[in-house]
Amino acid sequence: MSSTLLQVIAGGLLLGAVYALFSSGLTLIWGMMNVVNFAHGDFVMLGMYVAFVTWKLMGGGPAASVPIAALALATLGVVCYFALIRHIMRGPMLAQILGTFGLALLLRYSAFWYFGANYQTLPDTLVGGTLPLGPIRIEASRLLAGVVALIVTAGLHLLLTRSALGSRMLAVSEDAAAAELMGIRPERMQAAAWALAAGATGIAGALIATFFYISPTVGETLAIVAFVTVSLGGFGSVPGALIAGLLIGVIESISAYMIGAVYKDIVVYALFVAVLWLRPQGLMGKMS
Amino acid sequence: MRPTRDWPAMMRKLGPIVAAVAVLAYPLVFATPFQQRLGALVLLYAISASAWNIVGGYAGQASIGHVVFFGCGAYAALAAYQHLGLPPIAGLPIGVALSVLIAAVVGVPTLRLSGHYFSMATIAVAELVRLAVANTQWLGGAQGLSGPPVPRTVFDLSFVSALPYYYLFLAVLAGVIALTWHIERSRIGYYLRAIRDSERAARSLGAAAPRYKLYAFILSAALTAVAGALYAAMFGFVDPDSGLGILVSVKMVIMAALGGAGLLFGPLVGAAILVPVEEYSNSLLGGAGAGLTFVAYGAIIMLIARFRPGGLLDGVLRALRRRRAARPTEKT
Repeated sequence: MSSTLLQVIAGGLLLGAVYALFSSGLTLIWGMMNVVNFAHGDFVMLGMYVAFVTWKLMGGGPAASVPIAALALATLGVVCYFALIRHIMRGPMLAQILGTFGLALLLRYSAFWYFGANYQTLPDTLVGGTLPLGPIRIEASRLLAGVVALIVTAGLHLLLTRSALGSRMLAVSEDAAAAELMGIRPERMQAAAWALAAGATGIAGALIATFFYISPTVGETLAIVAFVTVSLGGFGSVPGALIAGLLIGVIESISAYMIGAVYKDIVVYALFVAVLWLRPQGLMGKMS
Repeated sequence: MRPTRDWPAMMRKLGPIVAAVAVLAYPLVFATPFQQRLGALVLLYAISASAWNIVGGYAGQASIGHVVFFGCGAYAALAAYQHLGLPPIAGLPIGVALSVLIAAVVGVPTLRLSGHYFSMATIAVAELVRLAVANTQWLGGAQGLSGPPVPRTVFDLSFVSALPYYYLFLAVLAGVIALTWHIERSRIGYYLRAIRDSERAARSLGAAAPRYKLYAFILSAALTAVAGALYAAMFGFVDPDSGLGILVSVKMVIMAALGGAGLLFGPLVGAAILVPVEEYSNSLLGGAGAGLTFVAYGAIIMLIARFRPGGLLDGVLRALRRRRAARPTEKT
């Protein structure tokens, strides 16, 4: 295998780890509450702008922006849950989808109005340099983003499967009424899920901002990436999202390399339609 | 003998006639070019929102990528002019056929699954087609396609005044509403509403839910393509943003949802409210208003979903029904 192709695959895996991180948030909420957050990509977009503002105001890099974005987005997630999601969950399906879609528009065009339509980028000296790794060289910013995203995704998985909080959340997703009888408050657990999911998008956004363009409408593309990842990985499954995220990162990088950068999104979207035709339950999932 | 005149009954009889006269007379009474154009735009958006309403409102399947069908109609119309020299409207059958094909490709797999998959797939397909068209020179690429610069025959549907468009769109809208009305009263209409309210219950009673949802989706797609072709004829121009951008879908969804999704006249009411607001805010604020308009649209969609999932017209109809129920002596 040529070293260029290796380089492309490595880049795809690192980007895919970030995809996996924010898609985990989508899959967590979907699996637990049967709600699809159509504003999920725009949450990532806000995480990117948090990184941008952090740099603009205090010159901070990812060490500052990642925790700030995690906190800011987790707070936003909880607010959205109590102000909107909690109410529309009980409503008709149409209202559920339109509710989060309206939220997506509100966030996207507020950013558009406030920050302008121009693409922004963080200076590439913020996380500078490239590291030699065998025959290939990897940009430090992408390596940092990929590795941190992997660690956070793994941490999220452990939190959901190994901790008391995770067990309580699982109980609520299995049967909210029964969980309530056991002394678990469903609303608190669901709010916690929104905090975790939105916090994950904040971290992902702040990480990806170090090497990705920042624009108000970037969330639209990222939302579709998250949909593909979750459909492919099976909804509700963080390990599934991880594998699917890495796979999509690699597919995207290879298609950008082989047939051109403008076609990489087309390939990913077509993959989504193919998944829905052939394997809507995901690579590993069961039919719901 | 009645002691007083029965005003509500008279209103119910005369109301539709008054409304029809008002709609027919609007562009003659409000005869400035701006007002006539406004009226034509309200009707055009009402056509596409009414088309969306069939699958979104009646069947309860939120298609967020409906613009792809609008784009099929608009692009087919202008491609027919650009490549074959035909009047734009001659491309309509191609646009409708493409829309039906895309609706089937998207609908067959996703309408078997929960509604989320359907909504996600429609967004993905709309974006896929937008990117593909933006990179296809034959379809004008990022620059888009134009219609005939000067009308050659009346079939070009290219008029300086908005008045002919007004009556053309009115006739098409009347056709769409009549078709919807017919569906509403037919067996398939009852199936669709049963599926929307509880798919599981509808299936258990024997309604083949995926098949009826697919019928609704295909019909809705075909009618949306008609709206797209009419748009192309009036504006004489389409590019990936105006013909395939997600914001065009947003307008269809918000107009239907604001007026009342699943109600016959809901989309028209929504269009009659939102189109003037947008046109006035654009002419007042200029380009700076564009972003804010969509902030407001997002907020409105969210508030409808949260507080009034039935839309405005639903609230009015309920209030009327309550008043009627409160009149014990009245018999109709």
